[in-house]
Amino acid sequence: MMEAQPILQVHDLCKYFPVSRHIRDVLTRKPRRYVQAVDGVSFAVQRGEILALVGESGSGKTTVGMNVLGLQRPTRGRILFDGYDVTEWAQGRGPSLETGEKLTNLSRRRRVMTLRERAQMIFQDPYESLNPRQKVFDIVAEPLEIHHLTRSRAEKEERVRSALETCGLAPADHFWDRFPAELSGGQRQRIVIAGALVLEPELLVADEPVSMLDVSIRAEVLNLLHALRRERGITILYTTHDLATAGFFTDRMAVMYLGRVVELGPTAEVLKEPRHPYTRALISVVPVPNPRRRRKRMILQGEIPNAIDIPSGCRFHPRCPDAVPECQETDPQLRTIAGSHKVACILA
Amino acid sequence: MALLDVRNLSVDYLTDEGAALHAVENVGFHLEEGGSLGIVGESGCGKTTVMMALLRLLPEEGRIVNGQVIFGGRDLLQYSEAEMRQVRWREMSMVFQGAMNALNPVRTVESQIVESLRLHITHDLRVARERTGELLELVGIPAQRGRQYPHQFSGGMRQRAIIAMALACAPSILIADEPTTALDVMIQAQILELLEHLQAELDLSLIMVTHDLGMVAETCDDVLVMYGGMVVEYASSDVVFNSPQHPYTQRLMEAFPDVEEPGSTLASIPGNPPRLDDLPPGCRFEPRCECQWREAICAQKTPPLVEVEPNHRVACHFARQRPGHVKGRIG
Repeated sequence: MMEAQPILQVHDLCKYFPVSRHIRDVLTRKPRRYVQAVDGVSFAVQRGEILALVGESGSGKTTVGMNVLGLQRPTRGRILFDGYDVTEWAQGRGPSLETGEKLTNLSRRRRVMTLRERAQMIFQDPYESLNPRQKVFDIVAEPLEIHHLTRSRAEKEERVRSALETCGLAPADHFWDRFPAELSGGQRQRIVIAGALVLEPELLVADEPVSMLDVSIRAEVLNLLHALRRERGITILYTTHDLATAGFFTDRMAVMYLGRVVELGPTAEVLKEPRHPYTRALISVVPVPNPRRRRKRMILQGEIPNAIDIPSGCRFHPRCPDAVPECQETDPQLRTIAGSHKVACILA
Repeated sequence: MALLDVRNLSVDYLTDEGAALHAVENVGFHLEEGGSLGIVGESGCGKTTVMMALLRLLPEEGRIVNGQVIFGGRDLLQYSEAEMRQVRWREMSMVFQGAMNALNPVRTVESQIVESLRLHITHDLRVARERTGELLELVGIPAQRGRQYPHQFSGGMRQRAIIAMALACAPSILIADEPTTALDVMIQAQILELLEHLQAELDLSLIMVTHDLGMVAETCDDVLVMYGGMVVEYASSDVVFNSPQHPYTQRLMEAFPDVEEPGSTLASIPGNPPRLDDLPPGCRFEPRCECQWREAICAQKTPPLVEVEPNHRVACHFARQRPGHVKGRIG
């Protein structure tokens, strides 16, 4: 396969949030402390690829998603979307070229909007991310209005119809006069996705899009995302803590722990031959829907430490079942072990 | 004899207009001493309502219209409220869905457990405190952390504290309603491990209400699958997961991703569960059923729950005809 330019490139992304200090610490000039939510994450996503960012709460996966869309400003590092720096772009200093328009016609605001048109986010909770007093039509049409993308009511209806029907809400006019409260959880999440799709973006960041949904409905939302990639070539960054759903429809998987990627590789390979002890533990605790295959769970005690006091050496060593003394000192870097499979562990 | 035997339990909810919605119809199951039962189904299938009916904690609009709940040789549904209070928490206690987020934020965790102990068991504050310490240790929380407030606990620890509270009166049955939803996978596994450990240690009988089939497969001896307020399949975990007979159970299994088989296709179940005010006249799953055997009778007559083989009950007109299900081959 020819290596085309990746649609998304993340280079050494770091995002630190300052911790609020007590007045006493300010007066005694104690150094400000930081939550190192993301600390040196690099990866690239090809056009039309689905990448899973897997990790527990506190691993930094959502922060990566926010930075990718330019919703936050990275502390360090660069994110390139289609070759342009997203951080600059989100500040209104994005690419000035747009088909059919002159360079000077692009205001700062307009430039930010070109980013939003091309990269969209799907949030976790379809019960809270929809305005309960807006009808489905208005929810899905709102992005079109904000971006002044349609000239007539008929055109707008056409695009809303197409977005809803792509998301399996057909016939669209059966749904668009309803309020979110009249819809089931799965339907609401489809509305959220339709609202993102109506702009026909190239990149979707889906942040735990199914974790609030019933198992039987999860499959239909995931199948929809999968179909979007197949039929429209949309690139998807899927963040989740659920390895089983990630295993079913993503191409590659990046496992995150405490702000770092610890393992990255083709999904099937990572799940079948995990090389990092954290990945192995995560896989071992996913319940398998068959009592004949009950497995020994590799339960890690405690929780992800907070990202203020990062352990020395390998961040995972205090909870690692395989840790050796060297792990306390050496901070392992992500290195290739086979093909495109990378692991950050000195023992791998 | 079973520890708990539920027979033909039916619950209605009364609407403001006076209509009765049949939320649960003819649900029956039994729980052996030290056994575990998983109740699975989509949201709105009535699984929580059944549990609330067992404890007689239904909201005001709820009415138990039929059935028996035999516990210790007597029917709980005939108990007076005062007698029922002796059963709740002492014999049968429940970890409510989302309870970990309902801890009182301005009181220490310890004081909240002490409160329930003093209501049920002892008035002696010192004894109650001591017992609270033991309970916290039992669920894996250092006793001294009981003096902290809920916000100083992580989600997993709050859930442990809630479980400690449910165990305060040493019940013989613990009902856990979605005990791990909203928790991270690793924490989920810790809670599951804790429940398994407690079950063995305290000889608890466990009822787990969930939509997560994986959890049930890992912890429960028997599984009751509910759909639209009725039982569609009831058998041992092994049978339900490996040779399910009801089309709904089969679809549910196929919709559940298996981490050991990445890349396999996931079937979704088209359509939505029936609304209580618009229940189909025949089999409740009929409008969504894609089984090749489906016939006119499915839309007309509610199939009874029949025993197709020993200890395997299925509510489908064609359960006997249909060959055993082989995963991945249904189409």
